Amino acid sequence: MGMHTEKRTLLTVFTEASIEQVLIRDMDRLGIRGYTISDARGKGSRGVRDASWDESRNIRIEVICDRPQAEMLLGHLQTRYYSNYAMVAFFTDVEVLRPDKF
Amino acid sequence: MDPVILFFLFGFVAGLLGSDLKLPSTLYDSLSIFLLLAIGLKGGQGLATQPLLPLLPQIVAVVVLGVLLTLLAYAGLRTLFHFDRPNAAAMASHYGSVSVATFAVAAAWLASRGLDVEPQLAVLLAVMEIPAILVGIVLARGISRDTDWRSLGHEAFLGKGVTLLLGGMAIGWAGGPQGLQPIRGLYFDLFKPVLGLFLMEMGLIVSRQVGELRRRGFTLVLFGLGMPLVSACLGIGTGLLLGLSPGGVTMLATLAASASYIAVPAAMRIAVPEANPAISLAGSLGVTFPFNILLGIPLYHWMASQWMKS
Repeated sequence: MGMHTEKRTLLTVFTEASIEQVLIRDMDRLGIRGYTISDARGKGSRGVRDASWDESRNIRIEVICDRPQAEMLLGHLQTRYYSNYAMVAFFTDVEVLRPDKF
Repeated sequence: MDPVILFFLFGFVAGLLGSDLKLPSTLYDSLSIFLLLAIGLKGGQGLATQPLLPLLPQIVAVVVLGVLLTLLAYAGLRTLFHFDRPNAAAMASHYGSVSVATFAVAAAWLASRGLDVEPQLAVLLAVMEIPAILVGIVLARGISRDTDWRSLGHEAFLGKGVTLLLGGMAIGWAGGPQGLQPIRGLYFDLFKPVLGLFLMEMGLIVSRQVGELRRRGFTLVLFGLGMPLVSACLGIGTGLLLGLSPGGVTMLATLAASASYIAVPAAMRIAVPEANPAISLAGSLGVTFPFNILLGIPLYHWMASQWMKS
């Protein structure tokens, strides 16, 4: 007997910690019901972001929701932030229990 | 040489040599909270023994000074250095605002020479953080409908620095010198040792700006050294106009000459995203901060005492 799961989309975003508050406001406004934010370090086209102090801190935002909502959020990020901020984002298919939560 | 400066140089050299020395970022945050509170408390307890009303014209004067410095820096960057509009505005905003670490070093420098500073300089420090941010945003974007003034105002007035300075000041003012007696040991006696530790990390951070400085060549160095000299003269003029003591004039000159590297970069990153934060930071952190703490403060003191004599 298998577990009952449903497919959802996980949107993962790596970006600058300096815009965390702005992004949280955006997500609230777009009706995102839940997200997880954690500190991150790394290197990309905008150089090493080693979290040694405020300006070089990165965050990782993870949002699990249905596909249309994830696409709407990523579309918003792309138009608003891609050109001027360090930002990488991608979708992953995930399977969740309790689908009504997402 | 002052030991706190030696801590800075130690961090700088260790960073240049590629040492993996690094303060845990939570400790760096804690130390900066401590320094901001200590500066606020010290100013607040001084204010407790004097009337507050004479402060008003001084606050107005430094707001004007902050606006003037930002406009001057912007004009210089646009005409002499051919910066584009967003980068000139962001950089000007850094130079119109102030650096708390530079203030702390100047406070230690003046104290070790027995020079008193008026307690309200801590108020002026908090006040001077703000106008440059707002002017910088207007310079970059004009006054447009879609500017989110609410969140930018929040960023400018309720940033960590201003909140801690004003909070410390309120506590110091309410407690007064007597009331603060039990916490003197931590906040006043340990100010300098903690500043040393903080400056060691600053040295490491500054050493990371060297690469950016190499890429941008002399422009940043020239502006980073020239602007504080001009600003210091205006700061000295304002200090004399307000009738401050020699220590107070030196401190106001140092404030004017200093460039922000915490409050302003955070606000500019959000408000002027087109500006490259690496450029402003390389100038304010890589050039102006070390110049001010190594040579600027003694120089401004000398300039102030020359002007006061004549």
